Amino acid sequence: MIHPTSLEELQSAVRELDRVIVRGSGTKSAMSSSANLSTADLSGILEYDPSEFTFTARAGTRISEVKELLAKSGQYLPFDPPFVQAGGTLGGTIAAGLSGPGRFRYGGVRDFLLGIRFVTGDGEIHAGGGKVVKNAAGFDSPKLMTGARGAFGVIGEVTFKVFPEPREYQTVIVSFPTADEAIPLMARLAMSNFELACLDFVMPGQLQLRVGGLHESLERRVDRIKSFIGRTCEVRSGSDDEQVWHNAREFTWVPSDATLIKVAINPRQIVEIERSLEKSSASHVDRRYSVGGNVLWLAWPNEKTSEKLGRLLTSWNLPGVAVRGEPWGILGPQNKGDVFQQRLSSVFDPLNKFQRNDRRTANSH
Amino acid sequence: MTQAFVEAIRAIYPTDRCLTGKAELAPYESDGLTAFRVHPIGVVLPTTSEEVIASIRLCHQPGIPFVVRGSGTSLSGGSVPIDGGLVIGLNKMNKILRYSPEERIAVVQPGVINMRVSQAVAAEGLYYAPDPSSATVCTIGGNVAFNSGGAHCLKYGMTSNHVLGLKVVLPDGEVVEVGADSLEQVGADLVGMFVGSEGLFGCAVEITLRLLPKPEKYYTVQAAYKSLAQAGEAVSLIVASGLLPGAIEIMDRLAMDASDAAVQANYPKDAKAILIVELEGPTEEVDAETPTLLKLIEESGAYRIDVAKDAAERLKIWTGRKCAFSAVGRLSPDFIVQDGVVPRTKLGYALAEIDRISTESGIPVANVFHAGDGNLHPLILFNGREEGALERAEEVASEILRLCIKLGGSITGEHGVGLEKRAFIEEMFGKKDTDFMRQIRAAIDSAEIANKGKMFPDLQAPALTHRGLHPIEQQGIAFRN
Ligand SMILES: Cc1cc2nc3c(=O)[nH]c(=O)nc-3n(C[C@H](O)[C@H](O)[C@H](O)COP(=O)(O)OP(=O)(O)OC[C@H]3O[C@@H](n4cnc5c(N)ncnc54)[C@H](O)[C@@H]3O)c2cc1C
Repeated sequence: MIHPTSLEELQSAVRELDRVIVRGSGTKSAMSSSANLSTADLSGILEYDPSEFTFTARAGTRISEVKELLAKSGQYLPFDPPFVQAGGTLGGTIAAGLSGPGRFRYGGVRDFLLGIRFVTGDGEIHAGGGKVVKNAAGFDSPKLMTGARGAFGVIGEVTFKVFPEPREYQTVIVSFPTADEAIPLMARLAMSNFELACLDFVMPGQLQLRVGGLHESLERRVDRIKSFIGRTCEVRSGSDDEQVWHNAREFTWVPSDATLIKVAINPRQIVEIERSLEKSSASHVDRRYSVGGNVLWLAWPNEKTSEKLGRLLTSWNLPGVAVRGEPWGILGPQNKGDVFQQRLSSVFDPLNKFQRNDRRTANSH
Repeated sequence: MTQAFVEAIRAIYPTDRCLTGKAELAPYESDGLTAFRVHPIGVVLPTTSEEVIASIRLCHQPGIPFVVRGSGTSLSGGSVPIDGGLVIGLNKMNKILRYSPEERIAVVQPGVINMRVSQAVAAEGLYYAPDPSSATVCTIGGNVAFNSGGAHCLKYGMTSNHVLGLKVVLPDGEVVEVGADSLEQVGADLVGMFVGSEGLFGCAVEITLRLLPKPEKYYTVQAAYKSLAQAGEAVSLIVASGLLPGAIEIMDRLAMDASDAAVQANYPKDAKAILIVELEGPTEEVDAETPTLLKLIEESGAYRIDVAKDAAERLKIWTGRKCAFSAVGRLSPDFIVQDGVVPRTKLGYALAEIDRISTESGIPVANVFHAGDGNLHPLILFNGREEGALERAEEVASEILRLCIKLGGSITGEHGVGLEKRAFIEEMFGKKDTDFMRQIRAAIDSAEIANKGKMFPDLQAPALTHRGLHPIEQQGIAFRN
């Protein structure tokens, strides 16, 4: 494993290697188990001016360090990165394309990433985007890097946009006997103007929603939400509130013998997914519908095999990516954007150093 | 070859949707950057994706350049035709294909007008957030190509933050689908890479938009200051306070005069700057934030504070602000709208520098800007009939852009590079990164025919003519932001 400490060392490392798989701190183990390049020593916050709402840091910087610094000025990362306590890094979070439940309010990691410096497959250092909160010049390569698992370059340095953090939060929890009853309420809450910070549905039957704002208004906002829901609600505040979202962010609910899979879905598909899991005797699999039903987090038992999961995903016509656990890559239907991606790859990775073997099947539709 | 091409293209379209006569082509010669005029060989007006695909495939083989066009309101010359090229006009592809309020999405054809989306979803309490001042005329396709913004980007981002999926015809006629109908994605964010590509990556034929619930309450304040610096200071105070307003805008005296002349905005006569701040959100939250905001504005030295009491008053404040650009046409026969970004903390310095540049050159510059995100819109006034005036104004515009680059900002916050700023892309990104972007372009479009000559300085620029108001501004349909 090579441990560069600067962009230049990162560049030489990429030049030296025939195949490059990067690891930040290894929290997304399914994506980095065969890594040969580490950004752990490429860390440190380089610039931060609270009144700019931006900071620049090296890719291996741990998110926990960033969060701590931002909090001193009452600011935060609105996309709510996961695996914070576990040690996740900025670069790893971008490459994995991961945002937490709090992305419901303002957007995901892609929406807050402003600029990057990266090393391409032929070992050149390039920059994309910028350092200011608004910029429409040039191609948006920072976005391209998001979720690409390193396919377009090794991220060395990043600039993010940040926001002031709500002063206080409360969480409302509502229980349901079945998903069928909870899903329509989740849709109504997502359409409402309550401006929820988070909106998750946890199987077998718990709707969890979070409200953030000023102390003076929070109580009244929560009351109004409770009467909108019209059922018995449990309200958590202070550290009890934080605990709910800490568990979500750190995936404490995922068993150790399961692989964590991310599936991007549309909330309308939840009912169909639930039926299909039941039919394939997988309804006991731990799962969580996050971001108002836009992400399905599946804790797929390793013994159930990736083939079985691949078939399910293909039948839903939804790709899923293994995040933590077994290195299954992306499973499910083929990417309809392949041609575009390949053309981009020919420039970002002309020597095929960053390619991965995803086992995706032909399209079911 | 051209003749054969024209024949082939005619075979795809009925005559009323394939224009080749000189008079028919005239409306397509230019765009919002009225300084450039170019004759295309023809204009086609497809109504289906299949027609777009067929047209682009026809262009690819012989290497005929094409420009996709929405409403032609680009302020950077993005939709100016290419000499000897085809214009693919998308105004007839203007259907909302699918709308699902529960999923908070709408799938639209590219020719749908921005404002129509918000109108179509209003009944369910939703809206489409990006709000360029040209919203009543510009298309979603054009917004996607330019990653367009508006006054409310600070909180909700630009177009890119609101596009979930795209169906794209690449410049050789290959069709790809990127993204889908989820807020999240698995795999590389190809949607994000396409948005803002200024027509160089081909044509978006279907666009999946994310809709937001309309905020319950708006609280809009307009504050008058005796100096521009004080208004700037107020912005710093607000930003440092932990408030996150939906919009923070500033206008200087000259811009106020222009608005006054156009819409009788009645700004205080002795004000040197106007600050507009808008809070939005749940009623209880906005009510709780209001005292803090008012206190900060008072502390910053505002000598008059007006709060919009209802929707009509809010609209009045925004009309005054949004019409400022076009209204400058009342003070000066011609003007250039610049669009640059500086780090917010350098706003004060940037404005002082612009003032210096203006004084030294003797060319008046009015300032209207999205102060919340450091996005400057200096308006450079000149009289195109005076010998050399346009060139002197261009020089001032260039100096301002260089200032933005020097301060670590950007040469465009929302209007794009287009034709106008091709010369600056390399100054901003350096030769190496610019060359890299050219390589990307060549990989997507081996024949380099999609919006050829834009973004990168490779073709001879068409000759400059004098500038003036866009036709839609002359008719009072929309105003520049
Ligand atoms: C009065 C006025 C006010 C304005 N205010 C603002 C503002 O507040 N904020 C802002 O950001 N901009 C503003 N603009 C600029 C302009 O309106 C935007 O850039 C807008 O997005 C252009 O839309 P359009 O439909 O007119 O596109 P066009 O000008 O027709 O095209 C713009 C670019 O998009 C490409 N394009 C168009 N459709 C597609 C497609 N389907 N697929 C791929 N490429 C495509 C074209 O090739 C061209 O390069 C303003 C312009 C005017 C005239």
